[in-house]
Amino acid sequence: MLTKRIIPCLDVKDNRVVKGIKFLNLRDAGDPVELGARYSDEGADELVFLDITATIRFRKTIIELVEKVAENVFIPFTVGGGIQTVEQMDVILRSGADKVSVNTAAVSNPNLLTEAAQRFGNQCVVLAIDARRSKEKLNKWQVCVKAGSEPTDIDVVEWAVRGEKLGAGEILLTSMDADGTKVGYDNKLNKAVSDAVNIPVIASGGAGKLEHLYDAIIDGGADAVLMASITHFGNYTIKQMKEYLAGRAIPVNL
Amino acid sequence: MIVVIDYNVGNVRSVCNALRHIGCKAALSRKTETIEASAGIVLPGVAAFGYAISQLGGLSKLIKKLAIDGKPLLGICVGYQMLFEHSSEYGRHNGLGLVSGSVVPIPTNPQLCVPHMGWNQVKLPDDMDLFAGLGKEKNFYFAHSFYADVTNPQAKVAYTDYGFAMPAAVQKANVYGVQFHPEKSGKTGLKVLKNFVEICEKPPSKLGG
Repeated sequence: MLTKRIIPCLDVKDNRVVKGIKFLNLRDAGDPVELGARYSDEGADELVFLDITATIRFRKTIIELVEKVAENVFIPFTVGGGIQTVEQMDVILRSGADKVSVNTAAVSNPNLLTEAAQRFGNQCVVLAIDARRSKEKLNKWQVCVKAGSEPTDIDVVEWAVRGEKLGAGEILLTSMDADGTKVGYDNKLNKAVSDAVNIPVIASGGAGKLEHLYDAIIDGGADAVLMASITHFGNYTIKQMKEYLAGRAIPVNL
Repeated sequence: MIVVIDYNVGNVRSVCNALRHIGCKAALSRKTETIEASAGIVLPGVAAFGYAISQLGGLSKLIKKLAIDGKPLLGICVGYQMLFEHSSEYGRHNGLGLVSGSVVPIPTNPQLCVPHMGWNQVKLPDDMDLFAGLGKEKNFYFAHSFYADVTNPQAKVAYTDYGFAMPAAVQKANVYGVQFHPEKSGKTGLKVLKNFVEICEKPPSKLGG
């Protein structure tokens, strides 16, 4: 049986790890190379690196940083941010990433998911979705692009289902409403998506306490939980999170 | 010096990073002289089987010969699958044939996704020196859709559970292979690589029959 995964996330801006609240008010959280090495060493199950400077344009400068982070990361490593073409994905994978995550580019060109899956295999392709709760409709979420700055008319659940069909091997689902708030994941969102797809769903946004991780797995149906604030700022270690989950009968890699 | 075979597949760089991290002198190469001069060979691989074997080209003969002559060989993921006789991934392809068995699709099951991707527990037999010092079971990171059905009676096999007992690692004299990714399995994976490096430093044992 596969274990549930604990995934710290490095949001990187100007070569520093930052973390904000609801995608705003960014605060410095450290050096990406050091943090990456620390999480790999502490027993994280995967590491996600998102270049949040990029969003619209892929930056060549990020390659060098990805290479440096990868030198000290001995767990699966996902990189995203501004990636628009399979050629760029190829560069990222050759720099030491194991998976690439796409968001805005997949919304404007859904075929990118298919091209990427055909070339690298769907295990390499992560569809990142930034979801915002609809103000008009209850328990509906809309897809936002360009680092959350631009809402679209696309329904999150429909997009996730379509993404799977097109070739995504995993969904990284971020609740923009919960992001950085530490009040818990949006498990209605997680549940709606995890029930609708057959690929793993990574719950993201809102982790503040250990029970939030448990709730995302049990109530949200998540296969993995992603966090930033609570690990970067030292609230909990990876080991504490895993021991807590193991104590509540969740299979983890301890 | 350990040589990592450079043949245009996915995880070559990660394997080199991991070997260097544990203090091993690793060379990434496809040159005959370097491969012949090495203390051991690592054959990595993230790719479809047919593509990987075609990219390996003439190197497959050299690697096979050196392995039969006793040089330690560690195959990882598709590099592990290529140790067997053949694969049915996108057509039928021949492997190196160092260990008898064939590479076949993971049986589908409504509860379990294919690809088998994530951390799964492997039961570690006492007599596999690749796992020395790791205890009875450990979690490793897997990402694959095919697995090797090992038929060689002389091969030692470690299994994981994915709806059935699925071979996760094999050892036949100086030939070693792991379906999982030691270079991506954290400290446990680094220990497996360290064990392989130590095996390479010991006097050779011959593969034979």
